[in-house]
Amino acid sequence: MFTHKELQRISNELRIDIIKAISRAKSGHPGGSLSAIDILVYLFFNEIKRTKENALDPNRHRFILSKGHGVPALYAILARIGLITYDELMNLRVLGSPTQGHPSYLDLPYVEASTGSLGQGLSIAIGMALAAKIDKKSYRIYCMTGDGESQEGQIWEAILSAPKFNLDNLCVILDYNKSQIDGYTKDVMDLEPIKDKLEAFKWNVLEIDGHNFEEIENALNIARETKGKPTYIIAHTIKGKGVSFMEDNIEWHGKAPNEKETELALQELEKLLVSNE
Amino acid sequence: MSKSTRLAFGETLAQLGEVNQNIVVLDADLSKSTMSYLFAKKFPDRFFEMGIQEANMIGVSTGLALSGKIVYACSFACFVTGRYDTIRISVAYSKANVRIIGTHAGLGIGEDGTSQMGLEDVSLMRSLPNFSVCQPCDEIETRELIKYSVQHQGPMYIRLTRQNLDKIFDEDYKFKFGKGVKLHEGNDAVIFATGALVAESLKAAKILKGEGINLRVINIHTIKPIDKEIIIQSAKECRFIFTAEDHNIIGGLGSAVAEVLSENYPAKIIRIGLPDVFGESGTPEALYKKYGFNAESLARKIEAYLKNNS
Repeated sequence: MFTHKELQRISNELRIDIIKAISRAKSGHPGGSLSAIDILVYLFFNEIKRTKENALDPNRHRFILSKGHGVPALYAILARIGLITYDELMNLRVLGSPTQGHPSYLDLPYVEASTGSLGQGLSIAIGMALAAKIDKKSYRIYCMTGDGESQEGQIWEAILSAPKFNLDNLCVILDYNKSQIDGYTKDVMDLEPIKDKLEAFKWNVLEIDGHNFEEIENALNIARETKGKPTYIIAHTIKGKGVSFMEDNIEWHGKAPNEKETELALQELEKLLVSNE
Repeated sequence: MSKSTRLAFGETLAQLGEVNQNIVVLDADLSKSTMSYLFAKKFPDRFFEMGIQEANMIGVSTGLALSGKIVYACSFACFVTGRYDTIRISVAYSKANVRIIGTHAGLGIGEDGTSQMGLEDVSLMRSLPNFSVCQPCDEIETRELIKYSVQHQGPMYIRLTRQNLDKIFDEDYKFKFGKGVKLHEGNDAVIFATGALVAESLKAAKILKGEGINLRVINIHTIKPIDKEIIIQSAKECRFIFTAEDHNIIGGLGSAVAEVLSENYPAKIIRIGLPDVFGESGTPEALYKKYGFNAESLARKIEAYLKNNS
């Protein structure tokens, strides 16, 4: 277990890796990677405790990134754990690299499933949770969805179905960063009142600040202890979190920073590391 | 004796469930039509009723398959293959061991009409990497195909009929994945047929034999990967080449045969299928007659073509 201070440091170090990787690739999605990274860091290091040793253990806890475009955040974590090399992380989107533009299971099994066409990952997570129930295994399934992808019909099919099977081994985290390619989610296709909707669909629903490790920890603890129904954690996040000019700026949904912007971003993130000491 | 291939599927799956605990089955509110209910009755813990949610069913099937299960996801051919992007990225791109069962293939369903007919499904599924596409022609072949499918690595699309089909094979028939089956000898012409049109083609061959025309009939149960060898060899040995399927002529068996021959042994091919139109309501018999799928229509078409081109 890492302290929250240690996790904060890891998150900010990985933010640097994310910016460097996307900058080198000259394309990718910084906004949604930076909004997700704090949740993913907590999840991988303190909750599912992924290591090189347990990464392919049949009884491992599983994580599906349904919002596949946020994969630079996942790759940064996999590199930190040692499941991919730092070079592979930095070869994001390069021909022949396992770090494909969106998660590709056959290229990199640690992503657990191919995603990237939005709205599909939650259904896959439900299938994995069902498999665990059939086999009477105690491993848990975690899935991160995006707010934009929650406009997909398949997401609502999945949301309708999971409570039917009493999947208390399933925990979904919505990276609610409030924006998508064409604008703010509330303008593009509003999800609100999302908490009411999920509760009406019979989920255990929690609402947290997705950048606060204490709240993330509490929510995941409650999810683990809740029996009989799946948990949906609505994590309010800030798109581009950690880089001032990217924060809550729709422009940075799917654009790589140029050399100068990269330098500015890295300077800010280095400062965060120092202030974290 | 005749039986629908969907019923043969359901019966076989219910038997296989006893010997293989890894088999799980999902359906989208059509289990009594796809015949997956026969499995559901015996193994309720390994059957998941997904409601009318084909896309979610396919995704859930993927999660089960990636967790080591052998998964049969069942619905009508048109509905299940209509959730194409989910099949593409969730199933095919991860090469998950999902067997998509599409029943109610083709005009052969009859009265329900176009919206319930799988007419473009083979074309769709054939163009997905990692996918195999199979369509058995009778109950015995269905049984053997389903038995084989348990051990197959990678996703499969299996296309089945609503209507009863004549029994063609004996009990001891050995199914060989990827291999065409010669059912009738002949060198005047060859017809490559699949599914319901295999029995019709065989009957057409018998009609034509009485008229002095020797029609070779090749059953193609595996449309992908297709048996290139039997196609090329038959094209070399037979003067005229026909294909027959209860499916749009675009992208199905006819296209697959044309792809093989154009690259290996260029030849003219007459494709029999739906001429890029939708179906309509009617009895299966009336529809097969109108669209030229029954034995008599096939025989007349082949006879006329041979006469005009000899």
